[in-house]
Amino acid sequence: MATSTILGAVNDALKTALAKDDRVVILGEDVGKTGGVFRATDGLQAEFSERRVFDTPLAEGGIIGTAIGMALYGLRPIPEIQFLDFIYPAFDQVVSEAAKFRYRSGGEYTCPMVIRAPCGGGIKGGHYHSQSSEAYFAHTPGLKIVMPTTPADTKGLLLSAIEDEDPVLFLEPKRIYHKKFKEEVPDGWYTVPLGKAAVRNEGTDVSVISWGAMVHVALEAAKKAREKDISVEVLDLRSISPLDVAAVLETVRNTGRVVIAYEAPRTGGFGAEIAAIIAERAIEVLEAPIARVAGFDTPFPYTLEHVYLPDAGRILNAIDHVVNF
Amino acid sequence: MPTDVQSVLQPDGKVKNGMLPDLTDDRLREMYRLMVLTRAFDDRGMNLQRQGRIGFYLPSRGEEALQVGCALALEPDDWSFPSYRMPGFALARGVDPAMMLNQIFGNAADTCRGRQMPVHYSFREQNFVSISSPIGTHIPQAVGAAMAMKYRGEKSVAITFMGDGGTSSDGFHVGLNFGAVYEAPVIFFCNNNQWAISVPFEKQTRAESVAIKAKAYGMPGVRVDGNDALAVYAAVKDAGSRARNGKGPTLIEALTFRMGPHSSSDDPSRYRPDEVVEQWQKKDPILRFREFLTGKNLWDEEFETECQEGSKALLYAAAKEAEKAGPPAVETMFEGVYREIPPELALQRDGLVGLAKSGQLTGKDEGYFPL
Ligand SMILES: Cc1ncc(C[n+]2csc(CCOP(=O)(O)OP(=O)(O)O)c2C)c(N)n1
Ligand SMILES: [Mg+2]
Repeated sequence: MATSTILGAVNDALKTALAKDDRVVILGEDVGKTGGVFRATDGLQAEFSERRVFDTPLAEGGIIGTAIGMALYGLRPIPEIQFLDFIYPAFDQVVSEAAKFRYRSGGEYTCPMVIRAPCGGGIKGGHYHSQSSEAYFAHTPGLKIVMPTTPADTKGLLLSAIEDEDPVLFLEPKRIYHKKFKEEVPDGWYTVPLGKAAVRNEGTDVSVISWGAMVHVALEAAKKAREKDISVEVLDLRSISPLDVAAVLETVRNTGRVVIAYEAPRTGGFGAEIAAIIAERAIEVLEAPIARVAGFDTPFPYTLEHVYLPDAGRILNAIDHVVNF
Repeated sequence: MPTDVQSVLQPDGKVKNGMLPDLTDDRLREMYRLMVLTRAFDDRGMNLQRQGRIGFYLPSRGEEALQVGCALALEPDDWSFPSYRMPGFALARGVDPAMMLNQIFGNAADTCRGRQMPVHYSFREQNFVSISSPIGTHIPQAVGAAMAMKYRGEKSVAITFMGDGGTSSDGFHVGLNFGAVYEAPVIFFCNNNQWAISVPFEKQTRAESVAIKAKAYGMPGVRVDGNDALAVYAAVKDAGSRARNGKGPTLIEALTFRMGPHSSSDDPSRYRPDEVVEQWQKKDPILRFREFLTGKNLWDEEFETECQEGSKALLYAAAKEAEKAGPPAVETMFEGVYREIPPELALQRDGLVGLAKSGQLTGKDEGYFPL
């Protein structure tokens, strides 16, 4: 066992899967010789040959469409979309096809595949290299969506996704690709179950529910809140779909106050779904209105990205608001 | 170069018999000056990035001739839908380099108001349509603009650019098909620099060329030496006059080579051997054009110094100014999403401005771009 980064854990999981399962193939733009623009597939083509790890022409619809065909035929493709922002040419293939095969064919055809895509802001990539568009996909029955936040989770969740019998969109928060973690990443094959949230910080006064890179910002806010004697519980969803509703309700019952923090534009973001679930099933325990801290309802800007992205200050402000309500 | 490639200038800068396009001596010297300016601009951009003064740059080294040759063959009213590797095209269309520097600094004076990554320019004054990152999306848009020109009975054309990688995109195929079906006055210009980041042309298509694809869509396809400004000029002039005379679109494939990295974040030594790059070094478009001008007695040391030093001084000063301009104000982030700001968005703006004023924001400007 050794420590790793999230990026290293992605590479490790892919390598472990390629070694164990001959059905696994990796395809995408620049995933081969150069090992991906982020180096997530670094060294994999050299080790497992071009038959297993290969570059594609520049067409996301082609990448996902062919991956679907491979999955239907019994392979376990892991297509990479270079940036989540570039998945839209493949939107039809993801939403209308991969996610629908099982249902529409009465289970005759299924699409077990993992679409990997770096997501989110924080690298000064402007609108087209920064989006968190998980909500578009969360609106798609038949598709699972995962967003890891630590290296050990990344590897375990990715291996779970590869084992899963349904299509999984595996969103990697690129902003924390290189973040240093003390946690160890186990060697070999292990899994972390999809659909299980994790409490990252225990607390009693207020819950911050979050996912992706924003979980780390929430933890920073929790630390600052502690200085003010406010005890914050931070819940990391880990999977957007399936959603761990029990964990959401449990933390709300525990604290009675909720802040939901996410990067995507506020309106119609996945935070709205969380807020609705809490309102439907736990409104009686709420001691303050639910607060959302999110990206603004504007396209993702370039120069002002650090102002656009929710920061610990904004989360803390919301924490203060719900605690002092 | 394959045999079907049109050229005017031989590698030694001599003109093939009777091929010289009709350009005045002043225009020829202007072509050269613009190519030198383009290279200086790219050097400035890369340097600013290396010095940490801008976050990202994407150079076009080696591709100066096709950008300038193409731009000079168009009319001022023509519209362009560029791809992102086209600083020389913008310069040759008359964009002030200071405005381009404002964009790459993303400052308050930027036409895009600091909203886009460096090199994603928008210059309405030069009919240079806002650049998008997603590859190929702009190709059918250019066809639509051309259809609108035809609808209005105007003589203008639209030109759109894509890389060799871009020819695999949905937008390319849809665009060519629509362009041909509606006989739109559009020029599809493929800048085939042989690489799409790390993916070589052979892995992009099994067709022997890009130009050959035109046939299946029902339009002429021509291949031209992209390092030969005059050949590109002639090809674009031809395609333009076909389009202006109701004969519909043309696909032009300009063969060139991406001499530098894909961008300031790319390391091409991971995927391509230096020897190939050295081969292309010998075909440098600027040197070739200099040979040509020298042969016509249009070049001397004094002119060279004027082009080189003039460009450098201009860009050095403009970069300093651009840096001084500072970032756009926080509230500008909420403008221009719609023509009028909706009430909810105004609330979001006021909330953020309030937090900023009371010093409660903790986010730092520390991003980097790894592609
Ligand atoms: C739809 C889409 N997918 C992926 C990318 C990421 N990307 C940016 S540039 C590039 C390669 C483009 O190559 P080419 O079209 O040949 O143009 P060049 O960069 O060589 O000028 C890729 C894959 C993108 N911008 N858009
Ligand atoms: Mg290219």
